[in-house]
Amino acid sequence: MTPAALLLALILLSVGAFWIGKSRSLALVGGARGIRNLHSLPSHYGFMTALWCALPALAVMMIWLAFQDSIILRLVSDHLTVNGQPLAASDLALALNDIRNLVAGNVPASAVSEPVRAAAAEYSQLRGTSRMALTVLVLVMAIGIGLFVRSRITPELRARNRVEQVIEWLLIACSTIAVFTTIGIVASVAFEAFRFFQHINVFDFLFGTSWSPQMAIRADQVGSSGSFGAVPLFAGTALISAIAMVIAVPIGLYSAIYLAEYAHPRFRTWAKPLLEVLAGVPTVVYGFFAALTIGPALRGWGESLGLSVASESALAAGFVMGIMIIPFVSSLADDMISAVPQSLRDGAYALGATRSETIKQVVLRAALPGIVGGVLLAVSRAIGETMIVVMAAGLAANLTANPLEAVTTVTVQIVTLLVGDQEFDSPKTLAAFALGLVLFLVTLALNVLALHIVRKYREQYE
Amino acid sequence: MNSPRRTPKETQAIVERSLNRRYWAERRFRAYGFAAVTAGMAFLVYLFFVIFSNGLGAFRQTQIRVELYFDPAVIDPAGTRNTDDLLAADYQALIRGALKAKFPDVEGRVATRELSRLVSGSASFTLQRRVTADPRLIGTRESMWLMAGDAVDLFMKGQVDRKLPEAERPLSDQQIAWLDKLKAEDSLELRFNKTFMTNGDSREPENAGIWGAVAGSFYTLLLTLLLSFPIGVAAAIYLEEFARKNRWTDVIEVNINNLAAVPSIVFGLLGLAVFIGFFGLPRSAPLVGAMVLTLLTLPTIIIASRAALKAVPPSIREAALGMGASKIQMVMHHVLPLAMPGMLTGTIIGMARALGESAPLLMIGMVAFIVDIPKGITDPSTVLPVQVYLWSDSPERGFVEKTSGAIIVLLAFLVLMNTTAVILRKRFERRW
Repeated sequence: MTPAALLLALILLSVGAFWIGKSRSLALVGGARGIRNLHSLPSHYGFMTALWCALPALAVMMIWLAFQDSIILRLVSDHLTVNGQPLAASDLALALNDIRNLVAGNVPASAVSEPVRAAAAEYSQLRGTSRMALTVLVLVMAIGIGLFVRSRITPELRARNRVEQVIEWLLIACSTIAVFTTIGIVASVAFEAFRFFQHINVFDFLFGTSWSPQMAIRADQVGSSGSFGAVPLFAGTALISAIAMVIAVPIGLYSAIYLAEYAHPRFRTWAKPLLEVLAGVPTVVYGFFAALTIGPALRGWGESLGLSVASESALAAGFVMGIMIIPFVSSLADDMISAVPQSLRDGAYALGATRSETIKQVVLRAALPGIVGGVLLAVSRAIGETMIVVMAAGLAANLTANPLEAVTTVTVQIVTLLVGDQEFDSPKTLAAFALGLVLFLVTLALNVLALHIVRKYREQYE
Repeated sequence: MNSPRRTPKETQAIVERSLNRRYWAERRFRAYGFAAVTAGMAFLVYLFFVIFSNGLGAFRQTQIRVELYFDPAVIDPAGTRNTDDLLAADYQALIRGALKAKFPDVEGRVATRELSRLVSGSASFTLQRRVTADPRLIGTRESMWLMAGDAVDLFMKGQVDRKLPEAERPLSDQQIAWLDKLKAEDSLELRFNKTFMTNGDSREPENAGIWGAVAGSFYTLLLTLLLSFPIGVAAAIYLEEFARKNRWTDVIEVNINNLAAVPSIVFGLLGLAVFIGFFGLPRSAPLVGAMVLTLLTLPTIIIASRAALKAVPPSIREAALGMGASKIQMVMHHVLPLAMPGMLTGTIIGMARALGESAPLLMIGMVAFIVDIPKGITDPSTVLPVQVYLWSDSPERGFVEKTSGAIIVLLAFLVLMNTTAVILRKRFERRW
C-alpha cells in the first residue's frame, strides 16, 4: 500500500476501534440501562481503544518512512561497484542521483550505465519489500493492540482519565514544536556552517572584503578558487536597510502620530486598514514593482540629472523595501502612542502647550523606548527581507556606500548559492548556511533586544 | 529680564507673535502627519495601478479567425484513421493553407513563413488534439479562432510602435498590413484568454498559464492548513489552559515570539538541510513546502489562538468545572467552541501569509520550470508567488503582462481570504 492508502486504512481502523470499544463497554454492563456501572462514558472507552489502535502504529509508520529512503540507498550503494571497486564519494552521489531519477521515471533506462540500472532495480525491489513489510507491520500492530485493549475493558477501567492523559501529552508535544524548530534551525544551520568553516577561516569570512564564491569544479581549472569575504554583503545589506529605514521611519512615525492624535475616528477606521494592506502585499509583488517601475524610473531621472544610476541600484530596492515596512513602523508606533496615559497629555495641555508641543515634548518622549523597539523590529525585518532584493538588487558584491550603485545582500547571496544544481559538500553551498547563520543570529539579537525594550516600556504604565 | 518694564500692549504683541509662530508649527506638524498618511496611500494606489494596468491584458488574448479545411490529404493520406498517424500529421500545413486562402496573393517561402508566424506555434497542437479526439472532423470545414503569436498579441494590445523602423519591431511592414486587413474583416480580436487560466508554465508567453502554479499553491496550502491548524490550536490550548507558569513554559513562549520574527529564508534553510538533506524527502514537492510553511505560520496561529482563548471569560470555565466536567471536557465542550471564530480568523490570516510567501520555497527547489499540472503532494510543482518570480525573470516582453496577471490572481486570492477573516471576526465576535 502507498503511505497515503495506509494512513487512510489506519484512520478507518481507528474509527472501527472506537465503535468496538464503545459497544464492548456497553455490552459489559448490559446496554444503556447499566451505564451507571461504568466508570467513564462509553465514548471514552471507544476513544481509548481508538487512540491505542492508531497512535503506536502511526509512530512506527512515521519513523519507518523517515528513515526508509536513506537506509535503502545505503544498502544499494554498498553493492554498487564499478569493476569490483567501490565508488568514490563524488561519483557515488551522481550514481545515486541517477538511480533516483530512473526510479522516478525522469530519465529513460537507456540513459544510464549498466551497474546503475542494476542498482535501480535493486532499489525499487527493496522499496517494494519495505513497503510491504511496513503495511503488514502497521496493520498487525493496529488490529492487535486494538483487540488487546478491547479485551482489557472492564466497568472499573478508568478510561476517561487515561484518554485525557494521552490528550494532555499530545497537547504538550504540540507546544514543544516551536522549541524543536528553533533547535532544528540552530543545529542544522550551525552544523553546515561549521563544515564551511573547516574549509574557510572564520575571520576570513567575517572580515574579508572580497566575495566571489565561484569554485573550480575540476582540480586543474585555472583562476577560480573562490573567495569568501562577506564584508561587501554585510555592507550592502546595511546600505539597503538604511535606505529602507530612511523612507519608512519618518512616514510610518508621522502617519502613526496623525492617525492616533489628529485623525477623525471615521478617517482612522478606514485609513488604518488601508495602510496595513501595504504589509499584506506579498514581497514578490514589491520586487516586481521595484524591478519593473522604480528601477528604470530612477535610472531615467538620474540620466536627466547627469548621474549614472545602475538599473539595479541600492536606492530602488531600499525605497520599495521602505514602502513595505511603513505599516510595521506605523502600527507599532500607534500602539505605543496609544499606550501613553491620557493624564500625561492633560498635564501638558494644562500648562498651555499646543497639541503638537504635547506630542513632541511629552507623548513621543514617553513612548520613545517602545518606538525604538518597534524600529529595531523593522530593521530586523529589512535585513531578512529576501524577494525584493533578489529581484531588484544586484548580484555583484561591490563594497560601496553610494546608493546609486548596485550592491548585493546576504539574502540575495543565499538564494543565488542555493537555487539550481548544487552539491552538498562544496564550500559554495555551505557558504549559504554560514550566511544564514549570521542572518539568524543578527535578527535574533535584534528581536530579543526589541522585545525586551518593548516589554520593559509596557510595564512602566500598567 | 533685562528689558525695562513693558506696557501691557507690548507684552500682548510679543505673546501674539509667539502664539502665531506656535500655531503655525502646530499646523505644519499636522500637515506633515497628513502628508505621511497620504504618501502611504499614494504608494498603495500607484502599486495597484501599475499592476492592474500591466496585468489586465493577460486575461485577454488575440485570436485570428480562419476558415479551416481539415484536409484528408494532409491529415491522413492513407485513410487509416489510426491515432498514431493522426498524431504525426502536419497540422501546421493546414493552418498555412487556411491563411493562404485568406491572402491568395502571398507567394514565396519567406512571405509564407512570415504569414504563418502570425498564428502561434501551439495552434497546431490544438488542432491535433481536436482531430485525435474526434476523427470525424476530417474532411469538414469550420470557421475557427486560432491563437495568435506573441508579437501579434503585443501589437493588438498597443505595445508595438508602428513608427519604429522595421528592423526594431517584432512585426514587419507586410505583417502589419495583413493584420490591418484581418482587423477590417473582424477576423482579429481580443478574446478571453482560456489558455492563461488552464495551462501550466511554458517558455512561450502566449502558452504560459497559471493553473499549474494555482494547483501547486492549493496542495501546499491545504497541507499547511491540515498540519498547522491542529498543532497550533493544541499548542495554544496547552499554553493557555494547562501549562503551569514555570521556566519551561517561559522558554516555549520566548521561542514562539522569536520564531515569529525570524526571516522566512532561514526556515527555507532548515527545510533544505533537515527535510531534504537529512530525511531525503523529494525536492520541489508541496509536501516539503507545506512542512516549511507550517513551521513558518505556527507562531502566528498560536499567538492568535491564545488571544482567542484569553477572550473567553473565566466564568464559563468555572461553570463547566462546577457541573463536574473534567478539565479536558471543559476545554473541548465549552471554551474551544467559543474561541473557535477567533482561532479561525488567525489561521486564515496565517494562511494568507503562507500563500504570499516565496523565499523559503526557493530554498527547497519549488522554483523549477514545471510544465505539468501537479496531481499530488509529492509531484514537483511551483506556487503562485514563485511563478511570479520566475516569469519576472524571463526576457520576453510578453511575460511582463503574464507576471502582472499572475499577481492579480494572487492578490484576488489574498483579498478573498482576508475578507473572509474580517467577516468571520465581525459576525462571530462576542463581547462578554
